[in-house]
Amino acid sequence: MVLDALIRIKNEMDSTLTFRRSCREGICGSCAMNIDGINTLACLCRITDESRGATKIYPLPHTYVVKDLVPDLTQFYKQYRSIKPYLQRKDPPTGKEVPQSIADRKKLDGLYECILCACCSTSCPSYWWNSAEYLGPAVLMQSYRWLADSRDQFKEERKQQLENEMSLYRCHTIMNCARTCPKGLNPGLAIAQIKKEMAFNG
Amino acid sequence: MLSSRSMQAAFKFAACQHSPFVTTVRTSALKASATYQIRSAATTSTTPVESIPAEQSEAILKEQRLRRPVAPHISIYQPQLTWYLSSLNRIAGVTLSGGTYLFALGYLASPYLGWHLESATLAAAFGALPLAAKLGIKTVVAAPFSFHYWNKIRHLVWDTGRFLDLKGVYATGYTVLGLTALTTVGLVLM
Repeated sequence: MVLDALIRIKNEMDSTLTFRRSCREGICGSCAMNIDGINTLACLCRITDESRGATKIYPLPHTYVVKDLVPDLTQFYKQYRSIKPYLQRKDPPTGKEVPQSIADRKKLDGLYECILCACCSTSCPSYWWNSAEYLGPAVLMQSYRWLADSRDQFKEERKQQLENEMSLYRCHTIMNCARTCPKGLNPGLAIAQIKKEMAFNG
Repeated sequence: MLSSRSMQAAFKFAACQHSPFVTTVRTSALKASATYQIRSAATTSTTPVESIPAEQSEAILKEQRLRRPVAPHISIYQPQLTWYLSSLNRIAGVTLSGGTYLFALGYLASPYLGWHLESATLAAAFGALPLAAKLGIKTVVAAPFSFHYWNKIRHLVWDTGRFLDLKGVYATGYTVLGLTALTTVGLVLM
């Protein structure tokens, strides 16, 4: 994998090379970077055949670069925090679990698996130009993860928060997000579902 | 994996056998193992470190953030049907509406500027052009119109939540390109 090559370069050729890595098996999302023009996790990306020439590696596109392949994800995490990514309920807590039907649980498949590696958000041209206000595919998919959760009771407030020109509607269905996701998820579809819900169910 | 195991075996062999072959064995093992990595010993800094109070470090962080370069984006991103069609859609839309606005404004100003933009004059001027120019101008107008027309229908379908998986995105994308080609040819030959 490309991550092994990077580690080897750091160990043997240039110890100043800086990149993030942790789990080396595609579950932590630390080693997200642009490899041969497409955002992916270095630990899940095979090294191409020598005959295909050198591999070009860049930091995640249109991010502020701290050093080498390390992007500044402060804004990304702030945006994630802004959508309140946790269960919110109006009923007073009973001290028991909140049950959910199997069908309702199924609605969260394809949403909860996101590891927040920021590959999709930084592949989105709309996010490149508007990252100050537009939430981007990763954060919006997590927003939908809570909108789709049968146990959450703050759906109206969540929708209200997205009801403006920038947060949600800068998505122009470009679909680079689904194309690049190293986990095979589809943020573009999740965003379309939010738009639909906002349009038809107030 | 295999090669590193064989290398470990070679090292074990080298460690217990004090034979003149040791060096030879080690170099051949090194050559054979592609995944072998030398891990340098932990480094200690000899530079004296001064601690900075929290308020000051915040200021340094802010200063750093102001100077951070932006990673390259549109120039290095892989050409993909997804964002290429999206860009084309925007360009076609701007061309069409921009052209309409420019013509409308020109038409509005024509009596004062002495231009003749009436249909009859334009038709006569167009008729006088050579065939290649006629086809060229028609293509320049018909292509963005056809593409924008079909692609916006694709977007309307997407808004209902259909064809939004990767397969659907590519299938509808190629369909739009095909329809655009057909419609453009049809309009140009009209």
